[in-house]
Amino acid sequence: MFEQLVDGIFWDIALVVFFVGIIWRIVDVLRRGTSKDLSVSRNSGVPGAIMANIRGFFPHREIAPRVRMKVVAGYMFHLGFLILLFFAAPHVKFIAEHITGFSWTAMPYWAFVVTAQVAFAGLILLWIHRLLHPVTRLISRRDDHVGAILVFLVMLTGCMALAEISSELRVFHRFTVELLMIYFPFSALMHAIMFVPSRAYTGAMFGRRGVDL
Amino acid sequence: MSTPLERGVETLKSQVDARVESYFSSCTGCGVCAEACLFYLETGDPRYTPIYKTEPLRKVWKNEHTLWGKLSTGLGLSKPIQESDLSDWEELVYDGCSMCSRCSMVCPVGIDIAYLIRKVKEGLSAAGFVPEGLQRAGERALEFGSPMGLTTQSLRNAIAALEKEEGVSIPVDVGGAEYLCMLSSNEVVLYSEYITSLSKIFSAAGISWTLSSKYFEATNAGVQKGDSGLAAQLLERVVEVATELGVKTIVSPECGHAYITIRWDAPNLLGRELPFRVVHILELLDQLRAEGRLILSGSFDERLTYHDPCNISRRGGVLAQPRHLLNQLTPNFVEMHESGEMNWCCGGGGGVSSNERAEPLRLKVFNIKKRQLEALNVSTLVTACSNCRIMLEEGLEHNDMEDVEVVGLTELVAEHLE
Repeated sequence: MFEQLVDGIFWDIALVVFFVGIIWRIVDVLRRGTSKDLSVSRNSGVPGAIMANIRGFFPHREIAPRVRMKVVAGYMFHLGFLILLFFAAPHVKFIAEHITGFSWTAMPYWAFVVTAQVAFAGLILLWIHRLLHPVTRLISRRDDHVGAILVFLVMLTGCMALAEISSELRVFHRFTVELLMIYFPFSALMHAIMFVPSRAYTGAMFGRRGVDL
Repeated sequence: MSTPLERGVETLKSQVDARVESYFSSCTGCGVCAEACLFYLETGDPRYTPIYKTEPLRKVWKNEHTLWGKLSTGLGLSKPIQESDLSDWEELVYDGCSMCSRCSMVCPVGIDIAYLIRKVKEGLSAAGFVPEGLQRAGERALEFGSPMGLTTQSLRNAIAALEKEEGVSIPVDVGGAEYLCMLSSNEVVLYSEYITSLSKIFSAAGISWTLSSKYFEATNAGVQKGDSGLAAQLLERVVEVATELGVKTIVSPECGHAYITIRWDAPNLLGRELPFRVVHILELLDQLRAEGRLILSGSFDERLTYHDPCNISRRGGVLAQPRHLLNQLTPNFVEMHESGEMNWCCGGGGGVSSNERAEPLRLKVFNIKKRQLEALNVSTLVTACSNCRIMLEEGLEHNDMEDVEVVGLTELVAEHLE
């Protein structure tokens, strides 16, 4: 019964909430708009917006030594998570069967284990830092912790399900994924998408003034 | 009749635009911004974390524009904004932030935190949570045309004294002049050598220019306070005198916030394009140098460095020009370890200097600048903002470093004209 719900109606609901929620959030931002900048610009804001989106992936030289742990742990988690999402064998099969209609080469089992460990280490490091550092402890909200716990559960159940010891583990993994998909559009996890306009707005502003971010 | 709290909250609500929404939707609470903030780094107090200072606006955004916020407020699970949400942030925003924008440069998701702080100030200001010093500066600016309370008669007296003592000619109210030079009150009462320097430079370059006896102030207490209405009123006066005199270009003085206000913010605050061009004095000097209209001679033998005023360099984009000029003047120009768009603030920007209550904190955070200067062992510190200049002089005096002389770049250029 639970398996049927998770593979059926729950999945459909999660998909709809995930995509409609994201679109709603994006439209909400665009609808709000910003007033046109009437000042005479030095440069076009477009290159600034693009460059800000690229440069944002690298810490500013001046503060890099002070944020090294955050950057390394951040990359460990985010890259690891994305690799697992798109190259874990069960995911490749699932995406081909349900979304794209075609598949690509999945990573071998040993690579999955290594990637999962790296991603777990990154996530746990970031979370410990969030809890222990006075700054992140002060500015973290309940939402940040709920998001981290959900992602952790998704990864944990995913690793357990990979062994394919029982169907229940796969169902449980899929259930946590559905929870994450429903939570995603209404949470701080939206940073995964909203960082693009955020960087673009700031990059364009600085770009118009002739300052490289 | 609405209460101050209601006015503050309504104003904060009105500040939420697409930028604010995408910024708050992107923030992961990573805390990287703290590592770029002189107030956090020098005090170690996490409350000075830049994004934390925007909390009143974030709360309004969350309650009004997010599903969870609407739900929890509707169900009575989260409290609406309280007076303490505003009053407790007054010190953080007005004393503990110079709006230097260094945090905006390093945020991994690209949040322009200074933009958010500016909006928080609008809310605090509407609710009446403004430091006394800034409040009075705003009132004086409106009444006298100067945040220091100088009248136009004070300017005329200063001009008469300079013409007599320095033997220079200072044109006033010359219709159709090529350039209208605006000033900051500091340049009238403390650093009048700036006005003398303008006279020498424009004379050497053969350029027609003028001051306005009707309104000379380029600084804007409305921007520092977070009162867009006041800011627009003061800017209208600038537009009025420029239009009356028929000038095509306004020259912004050696003042950081005056420059970004007139150059970048004015059209948006007024809701229309300006009928004139705005340049910073350093942009003009470098342009004249490049065109060969300003020949610099002599060499400054002592080792010197340049303090980038945040609003001229990082937020204003005038980065290369002072370096061109300094390299022309001396082979002994050295850069601070972190300079240009990543300079460290003097600690007094964003209205902090007008806020007497913030002085101990301001002098504490000056330690960063002190260490930068000690590492270079320079005898001269050049800058291009009269407010920075005061802060630097006070900071150096406080740290027994008076052997380092602070000078304005325009003045230095005027001293080395051929």
